[in-house]
Amino acid sequence: MATGDQTAMAKPVETVETPAAEGHDKQAWPLWEVFVRSSRGLSHVHAGSLHAPDSEMAVRNARDLYTRRNEGVSLWVVPASAIVASDPDAKGEFFESPKGKDYRHATYYTKSEGVKHL
Amino acid sequence: MATQTQATLQAVPSAEDEAGQAYFDKIIAEDSRIEPADWMPEKYRKTLVRQMSQHAHSEIIGMQPEANWITRAPSLKRKAILMAKVQDEAGHGLYLYSATETLGTPRDVLNQQLLDGKAKYSSIFNYPANSWADMGAIGWLVDGAAIANQVPLCRASYGPYGRAMVRICKEESFHQRQGFEILLELSNGTPAQKQMAQDAVNRFYAPALMMFGPTDTDSPNSQQSMAWNIKRFSNDELRSRFVGMIQEQVKVLGLTLPDDKIRYNDETGMWEHGELNWDEFHEVLAGRGPCNAQRMERRREAHENGAWVREAAAAYANKKAQKAQVA
Amino acid sequence: MSGESATRITPGNAYRPEDVAAQVAEGVEVSEDVAEYALRLGDDALILAQRLGWWISRAPELEEDVALANIALDLIGHARSFLTYAGAAWGKSEDDLAYWRGENEFRSSYLVEQPNGDFGKTIARQLVFSAFQHELYSRLVDSADATLAAIAAKALKEVDYHRDHATQWTLRLGDGTEESKRRMAAGLVSVWPYVDQLFQDDDLVGRLEGVAVRPSELRAPFDAYLAGVFAEAGLELPDIPPAMTDKSRHKHSEHLGYLLAEMQVLAREHPGATW
Ligand SMILES: [Fe+2]
Ligand SMILES: [Fe+2]
Ligand SMILES: [Fe+2]
Repeated sequence: MATGDQTAMAKPVETVETPAAEGHDKQAWPLWEVFVRSSRGLSHVHAGSLHAPDSEMAVRNARDLYTRRNEGVSLWVVPASAIVASDPDAKGEFFESPKGKDYRHATYYTKSEGVKHL
Repeated sequence: MATQTQATLQAVPSAEDEAGQAYFDKIIAEDSRIEPADWMPEKYRKTLVRQMSQHAHSEIIGMQPEANWITRAPSLKRKAILMAKVQDEAGHGLYLYSATETLGTPRDVLNQQLLDGKAKYSSIFNYPANSWADMGAIGWLVDGAAIANQVPLCRASYGPYGRAMVRICKEESFHQRQGFEILLELSNGTPAQKQMAQDAVNRFYAPALMMFGPTDTDSPNSQQSMAWNIKRFSNDELRSRFVGMIQEQVKVLGLTLPDDKIRYNDETGMWEHGELNWDEFHEVLAGRGPCNAQRMERRREAHENGAWVREAAAAYANKKAQKAQVA
Repeated sequence: MSGESATRITPGNAYRPEDVAAQVAEGVEVSEDVAEYALRLGDDALILAQRLGWWISRAPELEEDVALANIALDLIGHARSFLTYAGAAWGKSEDDLAYWRGENEFRSSYLVEQPNGDFGKTIARQLVFSAFQHELYSRLVDSADATLAAIAAKALKEVDYHRDHATQWTLRLGDGTEESKRRMAAGLVSVWPYVDQLFQDDDLVGRLEGVAVRPSELRAPFDAYLAGVFAEAGLELPDIPPAMTDKSRHKHSEHLGYLLAEMQVLAREHPGATW
């Protein structure tokens, strides 16, 4: 996701910067992000998060929590702290470039409208 | 996040703060969503943490009155349904804690606030569930009121909250129906069963209406929450809508609501109901309800009895991680 | 943006208690012996589900509330299927059997009747029982009785997860802290006297050759599975002699009476009522 200097860009998404929290128990189980593939042929999609002591329990907890109603055929769990996100402060700049480049989209080419199989 | 904490300590807003506020205002004006890493006013963050964690605590404490009937459910099908329902509530608490964690407060800290009596939860769960019919009344009225409250929250301006609510509302849809069906079955059953159902409705009606919170004139924070697109409707609007729905549904049940003041006001377009006992509401909220002490003790016990298990799993994970490093 | 969840929900297809009930309604023939055998399977699942249900709202962490509830729900499902099938022999429903039989008419084992104790004891009971059940259902899927085989086929997939859940926790408690090791070992000691009963053959299984699974055949693979888990967890196999129980399961622990008193109290206050 992040290009260039990853450390500068690295900020957790939807995760906690725990050291800041007062009274946080160091023994508390870490946070995991859960991704569910709802059926074959589809991508894994972020479903939510949970706490687990380790990866083996995390994937089992994800099964118990996020697939109780047949929501999935495959699961990913990722330590929340391992996710690298684009810099939220960059806002517009980071995503500015593609705007206005209409020629990347089929709708830009109007003269060929009505031509079959094109 | 660090920059923002510093900023709040300064009396004069920094340029960064002003830019953040402007961006935040624009997002709210567009009815778009605020995401965890965005700049947000400290009050917005605090309001959300308070509301979302209270909601999470309510789901968790709310498991207890129903969990108490799992072992006594009068048929195996009902036992399974009740287990699945109470399990869902654990999930709801968990989704909401997760959403709250995105604002910077970890679950164990939130939980500690609950155990220390520093955090509130919905007062309804401090009433006892004395009969099986209460499983029906809780599903129909308590989950019903919760749903009425929660559906608009699916559009809350804070992204993780809205997403948690979408998942929760989907799961809630069976909760109210199973409660309604318990009551319907009882109402069509023996005279003793019907009596049990009416008694449960009588006891849960007023506390359920109070779940929407104090009247609008007595709810100072509501205006700000609505301006921030966290809340979409006022307490009284939601309560009125709910009264309108249940006064119709109760007819199907062949039961009555313990309120002869229910009527539709053509001028205001609102459903009116009898006076609610707000003194009782505040008493219960302050910890003096019939079950406050019991609910908290049970929560504390579970937490303390589980400490050695949580520690063991953490220790095991550490050992494994160290071994993996050495290898 | 709103109203959309990242994932979809569906009921999914599986062999359900309702499907067994539909077969029974069509008039499937069930012999007394098969019914008696189904009672054993159903009662074990029911009593254990009743025990596990207590944990919901009391587990060490929220994730575990959800996990234990899933296991209890699976077991309730197995119980309903087996009891519905058994009931066909006597014209009784699952609820007639669950709520209106006396203590001496139950066919549960001492093991599942044991109280929950702490999380260590609950996991010890889960490990032993799900390892046993796994071996049992792995063979019951080949039963000459098509209904028993079908219930077992659905249940086996679920029990596979139950056994894994108990195994994961046994490893963590056994090799976690000093405290957890002590508690896990104590849990095993406490349930161990009742392990042997699960593997005793009696006349009934003799008469049901090809239909029922011989419990004695399951002991060796059961022992092998547990030995593997104990070795990895650093736990010792308890050296405790079996308690005197009852291979035909007519006798019960003292605990069952209390459990049934609670489970049946409401239903029995309202004879003939539906819920
Ligand atoms: Fe809920
Ligand atoms: Fe609910
Ligand atoms: Fe709720």
